[in-house]
Amino acid sequence: MDTWRPPVQGICLPRSASGPARTGLSPSLTAQARGGGDQRAAAPAQAPPPRARDVTVPRHARVDVPVAFRKEAQRLTMANAAEQWVLVEMVQALYEAPAYHLILEGILILWIIRLLFSKTYKLQERSDLTLKEKEELIEEWQPEPLVPPVSKDHPALNYNIVSGPPSHNIVVNGKECINFASFNFLGLLDNPRVKAAALASLKKYGVGTCGPRGFYGTFDVHLDLEDRLAKFMKTEEAIIYSYGFATIASAIPAYSKRGDIVFVDRAACFAIQKGLQASRSDIKIFKHNDMADLERLLKEQEIEDQKNPRKARVTRRFIVVEGIYMNTGTICPLPELIDDIDLISANMENALASVGGFCCGRSFVIDHQRLSGQGYCFSASLPPLLAAAAIEALNIMEENPGIFAVLKEKCRKIHKALQGISGLRVMGESFSPAFHLHLEESTGSREKDVKLLQEIVNQCMNRSIALTQARYLDKEEKCLPPPSIRVVVTVEQTEDELERAAATIKEVAQAVLL
Amino acid sequence: MANPGGGAVGNGTLHNCKTESNCVQGGHCTKNGIVREAQQNGKPHINMEIEESFEEAPLHVMVFTYMGYGIGTLFGYLRDFLRNWGIEKCNAAVEREEQKDFVPLYQDFENFYTRNLYMRIRDNWNRPVCSAPGPHFDMLERVSDDYNWTFRFTGRVIKDVINMGSYNFLGLVSKYNESMRTVKEVLERYGTGVASTRHEMGTLDKHKELEDLVAKFLNVEAAMVFGMGFATNSMNIPVLVGKGCLILSDELNHTSVVLGARLSGATIRTFKHNNMQSLEKLLRDAIIYGQPRTRRAWKKILILVEGIYSMEGSIVRLPQIVALKKKYKAYLYVDEAHSIGSVGPTGRGVSEFFGIDPGDVDVLMGTFTKSFGAAGGYIAGKKELVDYIRVHSHSAVYATSMSPPVAEQIIRAMKLIMGLDGTTQGLQRVQQLAKNTKYFRQRLREMGFIIYGNDHSPVVPVLLYMPGKVAAFARHMLEKKIAVVVVGFPATPLAEARARFCISAAHTREMLDKVLEATDEIGDLLQVKYSRHRHSARPELYDETSFELDD
Repeated sequence: MDTWRPPVQGICLPRSASGPARTGLSPSLTAQARGGGDQRAAAPAQAPPPRARDVTVPRHARVDVPVAFRKEAQRLTMANAAEQWVLVEMVQALYEAPAYHLILEGILILWIIRLLFSKTYKLQERSDLTLKEKEELIEEWQPEPLVPPVSKDHPALNYNIVSGPPSHNIVVNGKECINFASFNFLGLLDNPRVKAAALASLKKYGVGTCGPRGFYGTFDVHLDLEDRLAKFMKTEEAIIYSYGFATIASAIPAYSKRGDIVFVDRAACFAIQKGLQASRSDIKIFKHNDMADLERLLKEQEIEDQKNPRKARVTRRFIVVEGIYMNTGTICPLPELIDDIDLISANMENALASVGGFCCGRSFVIDHQRLSGQGYCFSASLPPLLAAAAIEALNIMEENPGIFAVLKEKCRKIHKALQGISGLRVMGESFSPAFHLHLEESTGSREKDVKLLQEIVNQCMNRSIALTQARYLDKEEKCLPPPSIRVVVTVEQTEDELERAAATIKEVAQAVLL
Repeated sequence: MANPGGGAVGNGTLHNCKTESNCVQGGHCTKNGIVREAQQNGKPHINMEIEESFEEAPLHVMVFTYMGYGIGTLFGYLRDFLRNWGIEKCNAAVEREEQKDFVPLYQDFENFYTRNLYMRIRDNWNRPVCSAPGPHFDMLERVSDDYNWTFRFTGRVIKDVINMGSYNFLGLVSKYNESMRTVKEVLERYGTGVASTRHEMGTLDKHKELEDLVAKFLNVEAAMVFGMGFATNSMNIPVLVGKGCLILSDELNHTSVVLGARLSGATIRTFKHNNMQSLEKLLRDAIIYGQPRTRRAWKKILILVEGIYSMEGSIVRLPQIVALKKKYKAYLYVDEAHSIGSVGPTGRGVSEFFGIDPGDVDVLMGTFTKSFGAAGGYIAGKKELVDYIRVHSHSAVYATSMSPPVAEQIIRAMKLIMGLDGTTQGLQRVQQLAKNTKYFRQRLREMGFIIYGNDHSPVVPVLLYMPGKVAAFARHMLEKKIAVVVVGFPATPLAEARARFCISAAHTREMLDKVLEATDEIGDLLQVKYSRHRHSARPELYDETSFELDD
């Protein structure tokens, strides 16, 4: 406190004087000051307090003007009518004025000049909080709760619990169903060969790797799997990640940095969105699968580049698309888009019945991730048994290339069977093994839509068809897709089951929606 | 709680923070501080002695280290010049001709370090292993004919290398044995994958079982598990904080924590490693001055720390941080990736190590990769917190859930540590780890190496400083059939390259002695015994009888 007081006084003192003073030698001050000066001489008191602009100095009055006001007075005087002799009178008055008066006014003038030129008015600096005030502020501050409360009946808190393996036949909440919800496209989750391979690996390596790839976490199985993936995808090199989500989310920021530009489809999945966010690049979103829109953006960029060629020379550009869009079930028009791909990122968690993901492409591109892919460098490597499972799944795929035609056929069938349900619209390609059922007409509120669809899902579940709604984080998604039921086709589903599923969905939808 | 009385847990002597100097080594401790205010408020808490040292290297070592980098860089430029003019053959993969006119995919400078420094010594990383990463493992022998640009496998296997590199703290990773029977059964029943997310069709009964067990293990209300440890951080921190919130993060936090913090959109400020004065200053300033520019008060403040820092071997000053967090009403997130299972009398991590109620930590995060020999991570704490995470976690909605056999391995390991298998095997492992750690650290120090971190931390970094010695150390050790992790820039500060030993409960005294002997020999050969506090026969602070077991 003690160190603080003087400045306050320092402020207080000049403040009363400084208000007017700071407005400069404003006419109003001039008038005041003159008034003060005139006190002794009983003044030209008759005149009303003069307004700023039209102040006049009465000719007959004994004007007692301080030195510094002379100029001001001069200006005013001249404005009045150039009556030169006023000046003479003023000088005269100066001579007549008593010494103490002059000294006093001299000091005042110096004081004003000081105020004008000194910069001591750093109000903010002087408002330093005292220790006590700080403590009070700290005492006062109340943070928001770490997490807001969640209602107990939130659907995510009462999720389906699957007992036993999530394969073709699935037990959901105690009810046996046929699985139309897991991305087990090739039915390899339950494949004995895959299990046997994983088991053999378990016997040799145990479960975990206890380290990242760099620090004794690279196992021979990882190298094998990378090799196999590269061959399978017909690329030079592949790199595996231990988590599907982290694959693309790490790959994007490994290349695209601040200042680079990424053109991305509106419907891109959440992992891509997170990767883009982590890259801190400039994001340009084009309409879903709309190549004309992409072209428009590219052209816009070209014009932009021409304006600033220096910047353009160091700005990398990337286009990010999905093969089959998880959020829509549509396929990307790759032939229209490009003739060569630099990097393919994929997931081993669906068709390959394992866990993890991989990127593949030319060595020039892929090798960079081995030091720059954060999810690769800084995470424990994939448990060997999961890598072994993926290798075996690749074997099966290579041995039965016909499996894909079977899957395609099944997709077409159910796709066709689901057409024409009143109230539901099928979204997605006819050959895509994952597609969406949207409400034909939204009720107008997302919440109600979700409820309706959930009712359909629940009733289907009661009739032994396991479906799920596509779930999103509503607030986090850049472009939130409309609510939908996602149907997943697998090779294990028989024709009979496909028909039954289609019929069930149809009936239930009609019952719920009409 | 093992010890509701406060501090008298565990194996250290007791000291009062106020009187005890922070740095046992005296002098040369630049990285640590203690909280004065935190102790003045509330009852003075007695604390376990924190014996952490970060001895500074002698000046000439630093000079030579920088000189080493300087020479390396000069040669790099020279060779780049030669490559540019086609005098030296360029072995690196190059861009396709068709895309040569594109903006280069990599900035040249970005790869300078990789091409000219890392490439010369990269045989010390990514060494391929071909057996379970237990205390011994087998490695594939590989050679390079072109100075590490490419590797060729000779087809031979280097057998029985002592593994000082894997985070196999409790020795629970090994090839299949009878204790892993349940893992085998789960694998046979469930298969390997799940092919769906937690919110859709990917919540298995196994996940539920695991989550209940984790909550019980940690003595908290609830827990949620995720398929990848890295993603547990990077995909859940954004759920907890966002715009208008402040994150106070230790400067040495793991990349995953940093990434999570960045993705959250909150303002991030870092405090000096484990430095309580720095943290307190940031906390005070944050509350007093609010957000920059708008001057609104922060919505909430989240402190992000790790239990054990993997590159420093230091243990978080949890009692002080909890005191600070309570005083300033901040929230605390502790990443126990390396500390869960490995410290604390019964392996419950840093909160048990310091005798702190786990409820005092708002968010307990950890991974299953290390002590549990599996993969994945967890978030645990109050039920409201975990419920909120369940609903909003990016991982729960968009990422495939944990593989069932991996979940079973965690369940098995956790039951073992908790003694639910009816044996004291788990507890013995935790104790053995503590013993091994103590022994190994003490012997290394006696030899005169500069080692970083806490005396109780099973992560033991030995400072080597010079980039050339890093490679030499790792190569010589491998010749003696010892696998050790060496790290340099950018994982550590430029001039603080180091070797890192990870102690495991499965290491026998013979193995440790063999490693110590080899380290001693190579340390002399490479002249890396830099410590100026060489002290032989330090008084044994370790009192085995002071162990108090959880009941």
